[in-house]
Amino acid sequence: MLADQDRIFTNLYGQAPWTLEGARRRGVWDGTAALIQKGSAWIIDEVKTSGLRGRGGAGFATGLKWSFMPNPSDRPHYLVVNADESEPGTCKDRDILRFDPHRLIEGALLAASAIHAHSVYIYIRGEFVREARHLQYAIDEAYNAGLIGRNACGSGFDCDVVLHRGAGAYICGEESALLESLEGKKGQPRNKPPFPANAGLYNCPTTVNNVETIASVGEILRRGGAWYAGIGRPKNSGTKLFCISGHVNTPCTVEEEMGISLRELIDKHAGGVRGGWFNLLAVIPGGSSVPLLPKHICETAIMDYDGLRDAGSALGSAGVIVMDKSTDLIAAIARLSHFYMHESCGQCTPCREGTGWVWRMMERMVRGKATTEEIDTLWDATKEIEGRTICALGDAAAWPVQGLIRHFRPLMEARMRDAGRSV
Amino acid sequence: MIKLTINGMRVEVEEGTSVLQACEKLGIEIPRFCYHDRLTVAGNCRMCLVEVDKAPKPVASCAMPCSEGMVVHTDTPAVKQERQGVMELLLINHPLDCPVCDQGGECDLQDQAFAYGKDRCRCTEARRLVSDKDLGPLIKTVMTRCIHCTRCIRFMDEIAGSPELGGFHRGEKLEIAPLFEGPLHSELSGNLVDVCPVGALTSKPYAFRARPWELTKTESIDVMDAVGSNIRVDSRGNEVMRIVPRLHEDINEEWIGDKTRFAYDGLRLQRLDTPYLRGEDGHLHAASWDEALSTVALRVKPVAPSRIGVIAGDQVDCESMFVLGQLLDEMAVMSRDCRQDGADYDVSVRAAYMMNTPIADIKKADVILLVGVNPRHEATMVNARIYKRWRRGGLAVGMIGQAVDLGYAYDHIGYSPVVMRDLIEGKHDFAGTLKAARNPMIILGAGALARMDSCGVQAIARDLATHFGVIRDGWNGFNVLQNAAARVGGLDLGFVPQGQYGMNTRSILAAAQAGRLDVLYLLGADEIDTARLGKTFVIYQGHHGDKGASRADVILPSPAWSEKDGTYVNVEGRVQRTRRAVSPPREAREDWAILTALSQSMGRPLPYKTLEDVRDAMIAKHPHLGKLDEVSANPWVPFGCAGTLSLQAFGVTMPNYYMTDPISRASQTMAACTAAILPLVAAKEGQ
Repeated sequence: MLADQDRIFTNLYGQAPWTLEGARRRGVWDGTAALIQKGSAWIIDEVKTSGLRGRGGAGFATGLKWSFMPNPSDRPHYLVVNADESEPGTCKDRDILRFDPHRLIEGALLAASAIHAHSVYIYIRGEFVREARHLQYAIDEAYNAGLIGRNACGSGFDCDVVLHRGAGAYICGEESALLESLEGKKGQPRNKPPFPANAGLYNCPTTVNNVETIASVGEILRRGGAWYAGIGRPKNSGTKLFCISGHVNTPCTVEEEMGISLRELIDKHAGGVRGGWFNLLAVIPGGSSVPLLPKHICETAIMDYDGLRDAGSALGSAGVIVMDKSTDLIAAIARLSHFYMHESCGQCTPCREGTGWVWRMMERMVRGKATTEEIDTLWDATKEIEGRTICALGDAAAWPVQGLIRHFRPLMEARMRDAGRSV
Repeated sequence: MIKLTINGMRVEVEEGTSVLQACEKLGIEIPRFCYHDRLTVAGNCRMCLVEVDKAPKPVASCAMPCSEGMVVHTDTPAVKQERQGVMELLLINHPLDCPVCDQGGECDLQDQAFAYGKDRCRCTEARRLVSDKDLGPLIKTVMTRCIHCTRCIRFMDEIAGSPELGGFHRGEKLEIAPLFEGPLHSELSGNLVDVCPVGALTSKPYAFRARPWELTKTESIDVMDAVGSNIRVDSRGNEVMRIVPRLHEDINEEWIGDKTRFAYDGLRLQRLDTPYLRGEDGHLHAASWDEALSTVALRVKPVAPSRIGVIAGDQVDCESMFVLGQLLDEMAVMSRDCRQDGADYDVSVRAAYMMNTPIADIKKADVILLVGVNPRHEATMVNARIYKRWRRGGLAVGMIGQAVDLGYAYDHIGYSPVVMRDLIEGKHDFAGTLKAARNPMIILGAGALARMDSCGVQAIARDLATHFGVIRDGWNGFNVLQNAAARVGGLDLGFVPQGQYGMNTRSILAAAQAGRLDVLYLLGADEIDTARLGKTFVIYQGHHGDKGASRADVILPSPAWSEKDGTYVNVEGRVQRTRRAVSPPREAREDWAILTALSQSMGRPLPYKTLEDVRDAMIAKHPHLGKLDEVSANPWVPFGCAGTLSLQAFGVTMPNYYMTDPISRASQTMAACTAAILPLVAAKEGQ
């Protein structure tokens, strides 16, 4: 369990003021100039040492990502912070944005200096109205205090921070769709390569990072990468915000050590499963786009990137959705299928055509109006979407259904038998 | 150069080549829908998936650049299965209406479904229905068939220069639709029919008229403007069913304008199918060829050559003008002109009346000055080239004349030819741009030379070209953009007033009005003011009952361009030939044959028995007309005549793109376009 002195997000619940004064009291903006002056190479090395991996869901090593940025040239570099948190079951960035915005701004400044970017764009989800107001207030405070803008913190480094509000599309959380949207175009993912590090925003070198990733950078640099690497397991180090929702007694967002067991997480922080652990049916451990885990796997699941990969799921954005035995699991997954159908941008064939087909089949399966062979068709359909699309939304649409079929096929077949009998 | 391996074969490609292009180089066919060589890569259909070693997922070969040492597989079972998967998904919402779909037989989706489709559909859900969009009189839409490849959107943005289509909504509700209601404005919109890989966008006039496999295909060239776009005429029986573009990288690439594509229904309407004589009652009556020819001979023989005038029209082939010219030489008729627009400038030098920059070289230009021309209407494919060059960036365009919408931004310098003098004197900023240019082009419109001050405009344009060094080693940027297919050929043949007393079109009309002209011979000439012809005896040889025929006293019916083999010279001096696709109607005879027969009636027989005889004689006299599909540099020697400049602004050239000649005026499709699109364009420009 994470020790209190190792916490980064010390105002996760908004008990202390979120303004500049409050942030300073928590240690934000402490010695930032000195960190910047240590130089880009030092910052990137320190982040590499820390083993920080992208907290948005893909888990790509952050230091490595930054090192892909080319040397400064005549083209501007950009840092884009992805605050378009829309993953069902996830609400971690939201708490950072509204209760600790300065931690994000400071991290953005440090990250920008590491990748030679003088402009930071924060793309915030359109529905986050209060969060956007807080963040804008905090940006204004930081400008007025000389913390960002020209000669930020007195370090000699110039850095502008611009807040941009999205218009409410889930797909704009995908980094290249986010860039398109930021450029004023329709939010549709781009083909890769070229990767944003080469040709991102306005065709210039760009790094896109999640809010939580960027917000962690300040503390990592202040306390040293080794400190951060010492938390959790090798290659899965650091602290992580877990959002526990669903059939638990006290749903919450909590900062915990990576590698905590799922059961400990639920029991300790969320007051346990409603009706006791034995009442657990399944858990979606990483936000709606990862396969669910049945109870017997939940017993031993380790909450980090590799642990959940080994369990046949993924850490994703660490939105833990707990479902007890009262849940109609097929209906729950069908609802997710509807979500992905609704949020598909429609650009590429498998996702555009496939998500609708999958949802329609799922809808029938909820009512049991299907044949057992159709479960195989459903499986094939998800396989035809998975890995064949431009972005990862196709995978995200396919995995929850695959998880359901993998672990709960008997349940689906039983539903069909029952429906047949009732006719 | 990058080396990679595809299916075990080594291949070397240039940097930036996509995997799909590398596969094509090896002759490996990759199925695709959204990929198009001339459009940007979208990578959205996912049909071109291939396996690449070390890549975790299949990659879209159209969007994946080759890299050193890449190992690609296109023939593994996994690849086949991936493509089958994409095909199954494409077909779940595509209607199975191939039997009633006009794309049937030439549909990419149909073809690929044969290769990658399954024999049954596993999807039992209701199919998506999409409401059809109104894209005007040319493009028929069945949007339920759309597979959202976005080729049409990209075509309109990137080639037509007229962003009028877009994708609305998202996910499976995504629809391709016009951004604004109403017909498409672009003159290139017909190409959407070719660009669309399925039957979502098809030709409206051609709807349900024929199947591709029952059509006879004849490779020909277009004569609706002077660009000479390469086309294929598809006919069934004796009727032209449709016209589609043919690839010519140096002229039209693979596109054609809407007039070229859709005016074909004019070929069967308003036709002159038998000789006519105007009777005592003032009406035209059908007559036999003997009657017609003897009447002509009877009326023409006694007339002094100086009281005879001859005007050749815009779509006349070189052979006809050559034979007619010979007959006129025999008869010592000096007043003849192939410029029925009334232009009168020095045409003694070839460089003075055509494009000296080949169309394909527009890509090298960095500054273009347009003078009294609307290339979008007068030479649509030339304008498409300019747009393509402009899109790449680094092209400055200046315009002297009416400020028309060309699809790209330009610097509007002024309205009248006097502005050219200002440029020479450095009074306008654009002079600096021209001076600094590496490959400048001046494009002078035919309309700019059809004014009273033809000579003055030509002289000042030539001075402008010399002053700014537009003619350099290996580069001649002085261009006259003719807008009639027959014009360059006619000028090459010297079909212009002969000697000191030969009259040009303008003088011929004035003489006719004043009663100083007894006979006027119109060879397909319809763009003259026939009200001014007074009591002149008018002979009209042509194919359509248009202005010329309705004034004529004798009508000699001849074939339209689709019904004869004819030589034409395009704006850049490229010699090309039309091919006979269908037969002329009833009594119509080929032009050279009519003129040879007439020469006999006149008692001055010409020796031609076949078209080949005519061609041989023509090529013997004008050797360059025998060199097909070649562009040669014209020597730059002094030319021009003295003249003054008028302060009058350059007028609107070609006010109605859709109706410019007898064929397009007869076309119902073009009439529909005129009615539907012109008011919209006028409203847009009025704003």
